[in-house]
Amino acid sequence: MTFEMPDFWLALPEMFVLGMACFILVLDLFLPEERRGISYFLAQITVIGAFVSSLWVAPAGVQTTFDGMFVSDPLGTFLKLAIYVLTAGVFLYSRGYLRDRALYKGEYYVLGLFGMLGMMVIVSASSLLTIYLGLELFSLSLYAMVAFDRDSLRASEAAMKYFVLSALASGTLLYGLSLLYGLTGSLEMSQVAQFAGGHAGEHYAFVFALAFVLVGVAFKFGASPFHMWIPDVYHGAPTSVTLYLGAAPKVAAFAMAMRLLVDTLGPLQASWGPMLVVLAVLSLAVGNVVAIAQTNIKRMLAYSTISHMGFLLLGLLAGTRTGYSAALFYAVVYALMSLAAFGVVILLSRAGFEAERLGDFKGLNERSPWFAFMMLVAMFSMAGVPPTAGFYAKLAVLAAVIDVHQTWLAVVAVFFSLIGAFYYLRVVKLMYFDAPADPEPLTARLDLRVALSANGLLLLGLGIYPGLLMGWCLAALH
Amino acid sequence: MENIYLAIVLGPLAGAVVAGLLGRWIGRGGAHWVTILGVATSFALSLVVLWHLVVEGAPAFDGSVYTWMTAGGIHFEIGFLIDRLSALMIAVVTFVSLAVHIYTIGYMREDPGYIRFFSYIALFTFAMLMLVMSNNFLQLFFGWEGVGLVSYLLIGFWYERESATFAALKAFLVNRVGDFAFVLGIALVVMYFNTLNYEPVFRVAPLMAELSIQVVPGMDWSVVTLICLLLFVGAMAKSAQIPLHVWLPDSMEGPTPISALIHAATMVTAGIFMVARLSPLFEYSPTALNVILVLGGATAFFMGLVGIVQHDIKRVIAYSTISQLGYMAAALGASAYAAAIFHLMTHAFFKALLFLGAGSVIIAMHHDQDMRHMGGLRKYMPITYITFLVGSLALCGIPPFAGFFSKDSIIEAVHASQLPGAQFAYYCVLGGVLVTALYTFRMFFLVFHGKERMDEHTRSHLRESPAVVTVPLVMLAIPSALVGWYTIRPILFGGYFGNSIAVLPAHNVLAEVGRDFHGPAVMAEHSVHTPALWLALGGIFLMWVVYWLRPALAGILRRTFLPIYYILEHKYWFDDLNEKVIAAGGRLMGRLLWRIGDVRLIDGLMVNGSAWLVGRWAAISRRMQTGYLYHYAFTMLIGLLLFLSWFVVR
Repeated sequence: MTFEMPDFWLALPEMFVLGMACFILVLDLFLPEERRGISYFLAQITVIGAFVSSLWVAPAGVQTTFDGMFVSDPLGTFLKLAIYVLTAGVFLYSRGYLRDRALYKGEYYVLGLFGMLGMMVIVSASSLLTIYLGLELFSLSLYAMVAFDRDSLRASEAAMKYFVLSALASGTLLYGLSLLYGLTGSLEMSQVAQFAGGHAGEHYAFVFALAFVLVGVAFKFGASPFHMWIPDVYHGAPTSVTLYLGAAPKVAAFAMAMRLLVDTLGPLQASWGPMLVVLAVLSLAVGNVVAIAQTNIKRMLAYSTISHMGFLLLGLLAGTRTGYSAALFYAVVYALMSLAAFGVVILLSRAGFEAERLGDFKGLNERSPWFAFMMLVAMFSMAGVPPTAGFYAKLAVLAAVIDVHQTWLAVVAVFFSLIGAFYYLRVVKLMYFDAPADPEPLTARLDLRVALSANGLLLLGLGIYPGLLMGWCLAALH
Repeated sequence: MENIYLAIVLGPLAGAVVAGLLGRWIGRGGAHWVTILGVATSFALSLVVLWHLVVEGAPAFDGSVYTWMTAGGIHFEIGFLIDRLSALMIAVVTFVSLAVHIYTIGYMREDPGYIRFFSYIALFTFAMLMLVMSNNFLQLFFGWEGVGLVSYLLIGFWYERESATFAALKAFLVNRVGDFAFVLGIALVVMYFNTLNYEPVFRVAPLMAELSIQVVPGMDWSVVTLICLLLFVGAMAKSAQIPLHVWLPDSMEGPTPISALIHAATMVTAGIFMVARLSPLFEYSPTALNVILVLGGATAFFMGLVGIVQHDIKRVIAYSTISQLGYMAAALGASAYAAAIFHLMTHAFFKALLFLGAGSVIIAMHHDQDMRHMGGLRKYMPITYITFLVGSLALCGIPPFAGFFSKDSIIEAVHASQLPGAQFAYYCVLGGVLVTALYTFRMFFLVFHGKERMDEHTRSHLRESPAVVTVPLVMLAIPSALVGWYTIRPILFGGYFGNSIAVLPAHNVLAEVGRDFHGPAVMAEHSVHTPALWLALGGIFLMWVVYWLRPALAGILRRTFLPIYYILEHKYWFDDLNEKVIAAGGRLMGRLLWRIGDVRLIDGLMVNGSAWLVGRWAAISRRMQTGYLYHYAFTMLIGLLLFLSWFVVR
């Protein structure tokens, strides 16, 4: 048995993030409370450094290292870049929120960075083991983050639920992966795919394994009927963590689906396609309909996430390059929309007051016309109203679905979007047509205001010029 | 030349925009100067264009200046067709508009809406010019709607008066009926000719003459006839032909200058112009021409009769306008398009003159328009009196005033027509001459002669109107008197219009009339031998006796002809029909659709019903989110089992 020296260069971003996260963890121990900003800035520097190094080491084509466990390809680079941007946005948005609630600890950033590292590993995985490793690293960070406000009963409950259900899903996934290993004798994705493609006779066994793998993926997406954790966790976690949950992990979930379903089980597309149809339709139905009955905006946005993941799955199940790129586009745009919407929730909250109820949005237009407009853009974008990015994302997905002659799915999707438009527009109605219930002025800091404005304008800009991002998505999937 | 055409159109538009948007800053003086400047530029340039075409003999211009869009091979363009027909029209439109602009300075002096008014009339001029100069149906429709819109705005100019808003709404609704048919006609043109431009439509029209369409299954209708009839329904509303004339008398609620400009001289003649412009199409539908002829004749006679019993000075002139439009329509029906346009031109001058004269009287009477309160104004208002007399004589067709030549030509042309309805129309237009003389001179004698019936306060303030009012009167009196004499030969019989009006040899009634034409002097002399002149003179004489010599006769006559008077008093019950049957029926249907269709079916069942259903569904589904961990895990396992069983079942 010989060990080849792996090409560490390709994993430079991961190693950098790992090193920095450990450094911040140690450094934070010695920082007094009032110097906590240093941890924040170091975390942001880590993200920026990862961004730069990812661009730096990106190979022109596809390269694997660590004995075929780690891959670096255009899709991975693009996904990582998206994850960095979203994570940086989350850190920026949550700073003031954490400070106001005695949650301003270095651990938030360390856990956030470890979570990001987990996502990066998922993105770059080219072996079933790597992907599981990444998933666990990421999930463990999140459990801790959800329970971060440890004195909050609701947060602890949410973390507990998340932990148990996630463990269940991980177990299922692992079982599926082990079946695949047993069938093919390999953990390397390309070899599993090759084997699956060549052994049509053992189809049943593969589909059996596929079902278990799919449950793991669907859980990560929060697709119905594996969505039950989403509302409780979104609701229970501190808003800054919900923000984190709602943004980059969606991109990571997309990566996981691409790596496991397309790269590994691509030959079984005929089997997982219909399964995704079930997941997608159920998610659209549950997400859009139940959101209507919510009075808490975090819960409402949680159900909204479920419905959006249904849309994203539609792009995946098309099984074509345009479908994947539409789904990728959707994932990125959704993460941005979610960032903007939770960003406004954070903007409205202050020490001792969580702007969680829908009623807290009443008359926002009178209190701050600009941020009411930003929320309006986010809501319109989620509802899919042109000229926002969300409209184009939905359009691209629907076009991909229609391309593969699944027009009825497009009709179903539009039908549920129509129902969903109600609760997005209700927020707009509350902001513009109701009298403010909360006369307190907004106290958010300048950096949040600027970032949120940029976020909202980006949603508008991407709606008007979707070609740029769409071009990147297509190039990433080449 | 293209730039000149553009400038003609854009001058009034610029004036309207500046006055309308910047009125607050440029003030009253600025508003009237900027609009008058714009319209005066247009007038001067339109004379240049007319000179260029007529004297220098330049060929007609037909080209587009801007392509809005192209869809399905059809170009949507702004373009101009400048030939002798449109050149004449723009000269008339800009001239009358200029006169009205100047007059308005005096008439609207004390009105708070002064600036708005100028902006509107300049905008009107723009829309009318777009309509007239268009080389395609789309722009025609744009201008058509544009003048309709401004007409609506101006009728309701004094919007705080309930009667004005009612009249404005009425005009708008009646025109909607016409415009609906009009746009259907255009749609048919696009459907069969696959273009919006005039030129290719005219070129292909002869080939289309035999084509038929089945709108109602089993009934073949000629395509060209259907197109022409639909377009003419549009013209009926705009040019106030029976039964869509009802809005025009009410439109007198608007300020008098716009009655002169829009509801006498220009906009209401748009329908006449449109038919003449599209003569290459209408020529191929004898059916449509016959309809136009009969309706025109009927309008000329019966609407004139109503004018006899009106008391409001402006309403008399309004009915007179409808009647004269009937003459023009009759001429169109007889294929004497040139005669129609000729009458349109002379009518524009003398009718604008009469309206502005009436306006002058109204100013003097402190905005009292009831003729029963006037009388003997001659000695207070000499200029108004003389110019009004000129206009009245022109209207009655007394040689050598302009109206004589145009009206007599129409009567002769209708007489020469071979269409089935020509006989009826001929008697109508002939009888119309008597009627015209009756209502015109009834008004004339009531206003300017006889006993002074106004109250003492008004009498003491009676005086001639200021120069801004009288100058336009004189400006219009000159062409009202002379324009017929000098232009009848070229316009009617000299081939002035050339190719811009097409008449099939079989319909060429004007050529027949032209054989007996030996100059205006001979025509005037010959009129002694025609019934028309005697009818007119007889009418004037009768009115002289009744309203000046023996005022008591009026009451006796009214009692003698009580049944007729009763019919006329009620304007043949058109208004009652519209208000009590059509409008009430429409409201009833609306209410039914609202109550049952909208409230019950759409709102109740579909909108609220589906919303209720979704709401219930949401309320039930949310219960599934129990909060119990084991429920959640159970759901996940069910999901897994579902997928596992998926392939077992397959």
